Amino acid sequence: MKKKLVMIGNGMAGVSFVEQLLKLNPNRYEIVIIGSEPHPNYNRIMLSSVLAGDASMKDIILNDWNWYRDNGIQLLTGQEAVSVDAEERTVTTNAGVTLAYDELVFATGSVPFMLPLPGADKEGVIAFRDIKDCETMMETSKNYRKAIVIGGGLLGLEAARGLINLNMEVAVVHINKNLMNLQLDETASRMLKAELESQGMRFLMEHKSARITGKERVTGLTFEDGTHEAADLIVMAVGIRPNARLAKESGLEVNRGIVVDDHLQASIPNIHAVGECAEHRGLTYGLVAPLYEQGAVLAKKLAGVDSGGYHGTVLSTKLKVSGVNVFSAGRYTDEPGTKALRVQDDLDGVYKKVVFENGKIIGTVLFGDTSDSSRLFSLIRSGQDFTGKEKEVLFGPSGGGGSKTLSMEDLVTAMSGDEIVCGCNGVTKDTLVEAITEKGCVSLGELKACTKASAGCGGCKPLVEAILTTTLGADQVTKVKEGICGCTTMSRDEVVNAIQQMRLTTTKEVMHVLEWHNPEGCSKCRPALNYYLGMAFPEEHGDEPESRFVNERNHANIQKDGTFSVVPRIYGGVTTPEDLKRIAIVAEKYQVPLVKFTGGQRIDLLGVKKEDLPGMWKDLDMPSGYAYGKSLRTVKTCVGNTFCRFGTQDAIKMGIDLEKKFERLDTPHKVKLAVSGCPRNCAEATIKDLGVVAIDGGWELYMAGNGGTRVRAADLLVKVKTEEEVLEWTGAYLQYYRETANYLERTSEWAVRVGLDTVKKALEKKEDRDALNARIDKTLDLMQDPWKQIIENDDLRVAFDALTAKGAVNPEAAAANESK
Amino acid sequence: MNEVIVGHISEFPERSGRVFRMGTLELAMFKLSDGTVKAIDNLCPHKQGKLSEGIVCDHHVFCPLHDRKINLHDGLVQAPDDGCVETYRVEVDGGGIVILFLKDGLGTKVS
Repeated sequence: MKKKLVMIGNGMAGVSFVEQLLKLNPNRYEIVIIGSEPHPNYNRIMLSSVLAGDASMKDIILNDWNWYRDNGIQLLTGQEAVSVDAEERTVTTNAGVTLAYDELVFATGSVPFMLPLPGADKEGVIAFRDIKDCETMMETSKNYRKAIVIGGGLLGLEAARGLINLNMEVAVVHINKNLMNLQLDETASRMLKAELESQGMRFLMEHKSARITGKERVTGLTFEDGTHEAADLIVMAVGIRPNARLAKESGLEVNRGIVVDDHLQASIPNIHAVGECAEHRGLTYGLVAPLYEQGAVLAKKLAGVDSGGYHGTVLSTKLKVSGVNVFSAGRYTDEPGTKALRVQDDLDGVYKKVVFENGKIIGTVLFGDTSDSSRLFSLIRSGQDFTGKEKEVLFGPSGGGGSKTLSMEDLVTAMSGDEIVCGCNGVTKDTLVEAITEKGCVSLGELKACTKASAGCGGCKPLVEAILTTTLGADQVTKVKEGICGCTTMSRDEVVNAIQQMRLTTTKEVMHVLEWHNPEGCSKCRPALNYYLGMAFPEEHGDEPESRFVNERNHANIQKDGTFSVVPRIYGGVTTPEDLKRIAIVAEKYQVPLVKFTGGQRIDLLGVKKEDLPGMWKDLDMPSGYAYGKSLRTVKTCVGNTFCRFGTQDAIKMGIDLEKKFERLDTPHKVKLAVSGCPRNCAEATIKDLGVVAIDGGWELYMAGNGGTRVRAADLLVKVKTEEEVLEWTGAYLQYYRETANYLERTSEWAVRVGLDTVKKALEKKEDRDALNARIDKTLDLMQDPWKQIIENDDLRVAFDALTAKGAVNPEAAAANESK
Repeated sequence: MNEVIVGHISEFPERSGRVFRMGTLELAMFKLSDGTVKAIDNLCPHKQGKLSEGIVCDHHVFCPLHDRKINLHDGLVQAPDDGCVETYRVEVDGGGIVILFLKDGLGTKVS
């Protein structure tokens, strides 16, 4: 029978421990996790990115609900453990659930330390610790302006930066005279302050908070010197303390945290603690790397595998505030017996300090340029002796400038096997080497997929690459290429060149000639090849519906329940009463459950059964809107000078002309266009793949914008005078994108990859644009409306119907069915 | 064992799925490039995607929703994912008639 493992806490340290335990011994325990937040395990470190708008809540989920289900873990969310009976070995939650355990793990993390100021209970006084706090900040920023962050440490500065991104005015109150005084020396601290000030942060240094003012809601903060600062929101980020209350009440030995030995064993048998709540050799940790190391040790212990135990961690800190690179590790302050090597360059805002003791590096602070961080951090941990050649650490063998004596490769050789390379995911050097030698990983991508190394912040990427090179040998790695999918080692360019040079015209031919590993490819390469073939030989290549994604095969968007959506073409977003009536009649006739306007100014009929699609298309009698395709989606327009008093040009006509010209075009990924009639830009043209903005006497064309996952403001491509020129440049731009982008690469990613200047240069000359336009026109001439084609072709239309039994072969069974 | 006539082989485009319905039963049927026809439950074990809409490569189908890869011979979801779907025996007779073999009990689902 399986033993019962109960874990209190559903955070990063605890869940990482469970992951490692499952890898070592997946069947030993029946696992129950109690989590007080209503979410699965998420990356708390990334909360600042959520605040900064770089990530959504969804992006920071580390283990989704499926992970718990697939691993047979019972997760009790929104519940708190309220008592532990160590004799009976049970845990009881506030929902009244009592769970028996064989092994109990405390992974309760920490709680933010709230200053006991008078008025700290007012509305608008919060911590910065969980998703709820983030949501409060975002909500507050909609209605209020002024925020105070108390605490100039790592967490406080991240909160402050996030609030600035939310357009709030932020003052940071710090008790010390140096920011991040626990991680930085005075010089780095001063440089950091100057940098953050230039970003709009205001600092009240050496200020001691006395009392929070306001009635129900906070109105400000008064300091001990009697001065006052107004505020609508106060975020306390003065520190965290281990969450060890329940452990203490349960009779466990608790100092600052739950006291554990080198095997994370607490003072009562069968109870363990891991993460921020644990105190090991008198130290508690609040950073992620040590917590993962602890998790690994505990996982080994509970899986019944020997480990050398946990011996503490050398800490390093990387500041994640956007635009500022700061790193510190080890003991970086000057003490008796230490010598420091410093480089300070105020011109470029770079500062590097390496502290030595008896020839060994014991600490470092880097500001502005942190490219040496993983190298120096490894040197601290390896304990290598540099007596007599300390300067080489920063300057190389000549003692000034030049290359570094110690390459990444030397460093990797010096690393011990159990050293953690990827702090975000707790991946050791041994794990990586094993993945390379035993699981056959030969590229960074494969290593990432196999071990998760460098899948977090990506800071360890150079080190992971170095381990790959040292383990395989440089020539082995360079030989390995990432193919367009697992079926080939050939890159996109090689495949496309081969198609063009050998005049290959079917996916089958490509796979055969280029020696694909899988005879009929996979769901990644088949659609890609079908696109490349059509792009290279629009006339010769017969489109292969069986190689297209479901949506492009059915000319409708599949929904999660297997129904589809229908979006008719409405050029430029301009419709007529007749069309609207027809759409309404069709929606009623087919009992469409949801009719919605799309973000691109079109009408979406959702929840349609596949069998109904051809009938609806026929009744609509409108062209397909291609809302499902890697194709031109919509051209969004504002009303322009047709009615608007600000409009400088006819934006509607321009939009309709563009949509009529480029509809149905196959492109590497979807393409969205917009035309605004004046620089007020109501059609949001500057976040489109191609945006057109009218100015007095002409048009501006913007390229490579994106309003999706990664918002990217478009860059100016060109200013032109006439509508013909807009069409000419758009055609050339789209064709250049079609010919050079990877399949499934949006223009925003493509343009950054190939270089914005490369794109501009390729379109600069009139003759180049003409040639591109000749090629795109040839393709456009061949395109036909797919809905019409299907309605008019019985074979195509019938494929939308389901098959039914035409009769039974076995007469007895048929008789049996009929009698029912 | 129930044997049911589904239709003629010409109704199956190569490497594309067709839906077959009988009572509460819904199957995804595929003609592979070797001419054989395969039938599986039309429901991905991951998030109930309609497998009939998937891309067919050799004797595998990729779920259209989240790209789970399923072996049409034995219904097994391929690594790194796991799970399986029910498979059904299908034969094409000399005249191109596609016959589906249903296990006993399944026929009783037909009302």
